[in-house]
Amino acid sequence: MITKIIVDAVGLVLIVLIAWYFWFSRKKGEAAAVSGGVQEAYIIVKGGYTPDVIIVKAGKPVRLIFERREASPCSERVVFKDFNVSRLLPEGEKVAVEITPERPGEYEFACQMGMFRGRLVAEAG
Amino acid sequence: MEYDEDDDEGILMKVRGVEPVCEMGVPGSVRLSIAGMTCWRCALRVEEALNNMDGVESAVVNLSSAEAFVTYDTRKVSVSELAGAIRKEGFDVGTSCLTMGIKGMRCASCVSKIEDALNSTPGVVDAVVNPASESARVEYLPGLVDADTVEQAVVGAGYAVGRPSAEEPEDREQAARQREHATLMKKFWLSIIIGVPVMALSYPDYIGLGELLPRGSTALRIVWGFMGLLTLPVLLWAGNQFFIGAWNAFRHRSADMHTLIAIGISSAWIYSTVAVLFPWIFPRAELADVFYDVTAIVTALVVLGMALELRARSRTNEAIKKLMSLQARTARVIRDGKEEDIPVEEVVVGDIILVRPGEKVPVDGVVTEGSSAVDESMVTGESIPVEKSTGDEVIGATINKTGSFKFRASKVGKDTMLSQIIRMVQDAQGSKAPIQRVVDRVAGYFVPTVIIIGILAFMAWFTFGPEPQLIYAVVVFVSVLIIACPCALGLATPTSLMVGVGKGAENGILIKSGDALETAHKLNAIVLDKTGTITVGRPSLTDVVVSGGVTENDLLLYAASVERGSEHPLGEAIVEGARQRGLALLKADNFKAIPGHGVEAVVAGRRLLLGNIKLMRAEGVATGGAKAGAERLADEGKTPMYVAIDGSLAGLIAVADTVKEDSASAIRALKGLGLEVVMITGDNERTAQAIAREVGIDRVMAEVVPEDKAHQVRLLQLEGKKVGMVGDGINDAPALAQADVGMAIGTGTDVAMEASDITLVKGSLSKVATAIELSRATMRNIKENLFGAFVYNGLGIPVAAGLLYPFSGMLLSPIIAGAAMAFSSVTVVTNANRLRMWKPREVRG
Repeated sequence: MITKIIVDAVGLVLIVLIAWYFWFSRKKGEAAAVSGGVQEAYIIVKGGYTPDVIIVKAGKPVRLIFERREASPCSERVVFKDFNVSRLLPEGEKVAVEITPERPGEYEFACQMGMFRGRLVAEAG
Repeated sequence: MEYDEDDDEGILMKVRGVEPVCEMGVPGSVRLSIAGMTCWRCALRVEEALNNMDGVESAVVNLSSAEAFVTYDTRKVSVSELAGAIRKEGFDVGTSCLTMGIKGMRCASCVSKIEDALNSTPGVVDAVVNPASESARVEYLPGLVDADTVEQAVVGAGYAVGRPSAEEPEDREQAARQREHATLMKKFWLSIIIGVPVMALSYPDYIGLGELLPRGSTALRIVWGFMGLLTLPVLLWAGNQFFIGAWNAFRHRSADMHTLIAIGISSAWIYSTVAVLFPWIFPRAELADVFYDVTAIVTALVVLGMALELRARSRTNEAIKKLMSLQARTARVIRDGKEEDIPVEEVVVGDIILVRPGEKVPVDGVVTEGSSAVDESMVTGESIPVEKSTGDEVIGATINKTGSFKFRASKVGKDTMLSQIIRMVQDAQGSKAPIQRVVDRVAGYFVPTVIIIGILAFMAWFTFGPEPQLIYAVVVFVSVLIIACPCALGLATPTSLMVGVGKGAENGILIKSGDALETAHKLNAIVLDKTGTITVGRPSLTDVVVSGGVTENDLLLYAASVERGSEHPLGEAIVEGARQRGLALLKADNFKAIPGHGVEAVVAGRRLLLGNIKLMRAEGVATGGAKAGAERLADEGKTPMYVAIDGSLAGLIAVADTVKEDSASAIRALKGLGLEVVMITGDNERTAQAIAREVGIDRVMAEVVPEDKAHQVRLLQLEGKKVGMVGDGINDAPALAQADVGMAIGTGTDVAMEASDITLVKGSLSKVATAIELSRATMRNIKENLFGAFVYNGLGIPVAAGLLYPFSGMLLSPIIAGAAMAFSSVTVVTNANRLRMWKPREVRG
């Protein structure tokens, strides 16, 4: 009986941890570097986007340079659905995506299947 | 070429970038084409940025030609820096790209050495060396430097240049997929070869070893130990992508298929190994059981599924591969009077190119000499070759059939129609259909939810289940994780979309996005612009009615001779009509145009009047019986003109904007799809009705001024309809934008892709029906996939959790779960591939 209670308690704790880790914890973003008039960020694609939250200023052009370092076909495309942009990311090659978020807000980018996700956070300024 | 300040032509030459000046201390000048400038403010921004650069003497940006003319000091600033400045403003510089293979790279420092050598070559904008593929991708300004010079720079740095292993990213992707496929198959064979004996040994009773290996015996424990060792390489090598993928995803606070499989197969292995090594920790002997077969067989099945899926997925994108392979490799350019074969990347705007029969037209341009029939089916989807002669546009990648001709290149590199089509198709294939938003929301929660369900199922079985509780709990936990297939959900929409959009491109239908494709299948009304869509768009001769003593041909001959030099479209139509009948025009004297009435002239000594009834009345010509004929012609939507010879009526000539050959059948097809077809036109009610009757349209919006078309579309939408609008994309832009789906019928190489959701490349109206049919077929396919994926997961997970056990005693083995999961995603991709067989109805016959 006691083992059952312990096992169930551990199970419940695990469930809470899973829910918190995947859904309720916030990720910190990385601010894009500014060079000239363009805000630039370098993103590695391997099992996800690193970094996956990029903070930029709204109204200025943004250049995101993706480099895919894996062969898995899941990540062969990056899609910015709000900008109607999608790019093929050949393995080992740097691919630049240039967009201008006109209004402040969060713009999601993801692989084609939506398994890898990242956010472009445009702040007013 | 020397620089001479007084020589205007010299400056002009340099400004056009024909030959750059690179001598020390001498100002250079260059013309850079700039992409992405949409407004004068953009142009000003670029101009200011360039002028602010140290070393730039003057920079002028021309918005309409999208070019910058820069005069600069070559010692202080380079072209790549100029290009960099333009890029920083957020615009792109018109450049060519070249990928070349590099041999002899042995160290990391080679990369920067080659990159430096390339980047210091004047005219090279950017060079990136990829040591993995042993290639360099060089972006350069074709007017300033050519491929040979770029290669020389690499050779100069001490490396050999070869052909790149694969030229297009798509090709490289293909090669990578093949490698991946080979690896997966190796992993499959290893897992299955180990898995089958391991599975047999897991049930010694079934293979007649029950007496040799009784439960609880040391012999059995030793066999189990061997099984554990055998499956270790399966877990660690064949299954390594699951662990790597799971860890990478975990670091990004996400979870995917890899997470589920990794937890599933490792739980099974760890539990078994604990049972082998420490059987005494289990309170009861039968709990010490092994699941090594689960680890090996599930890995084998899932890896096989991934390999099959990869194979199937690489077929989904055949359309774009076909488009890319259309691109010509070389062009025969005439420079300085000599024919020269050069790579197509080096062709610049203005080059004169010779094309012989059977050859590909390398880039877009205008024919300057010769004539031929050209097969444009690969771009327009029209199977009949098109006649081309001087002044006609030719499209790159089309095939010259019969004769030789020369043409002047007007669009090269990424501006060609083919490049634009490829880019658009790629973008559309990667875009999302709104239907996927639901899936996306589900996908974000799916995997963690499955893990939670797995834990709950474990707890339930452990707490309330039959004995041995722990064994049942482990089995359901592993089964739940393994049967869940997020891939089937995630793949459902994009793969079908990719096939559907590609299929469209093959048929000359360019779909801008998944959104457009999805909306097109919901349309229930379609508005057709009359001029240029239903009709040819310019008047032509339709009727010649004689009422005097002249023959039809004589009447036409006189009328055409009067209009000989006319620039009025009605006059041109008459002249063209006479030409088609093979009439040789006569000389007209004393030509006089009478505004609002018509024209008069003297032809072959006879006085001719050609015009409306007002002209006849003013000249005192009796129109008599011809009046009824004129009214009948007007009722048919034609424009009748009276012809009088020497003061008496000779007959009527009518011209009209004629209906395209296939308009009526196309409209029938649209109605057959259940769409309400509406015609919109600026013409008067009578003319509009006449055309509508001819093509079988019931609803007409006549006398609509161009500005009001969008409003009329809006009114239709207020009736609750999903409205598609078909127009030429130039005059109808606001109406196209207002419509739920705007479809532009393209003409020539200037395809108005931006204004519309769907572009029918130089298409006839029949492609509208094809486009709607295609969108319906694609959406049906997507829905089948989604339905399948949801039903699969929705049924599979509860069954794996053991929901049926209390009622029927049924429990899923983790191995069955693995097989189901492996083949569910293959099924989705295979179903999407079925779309590749889709054919438009007209071809189906």
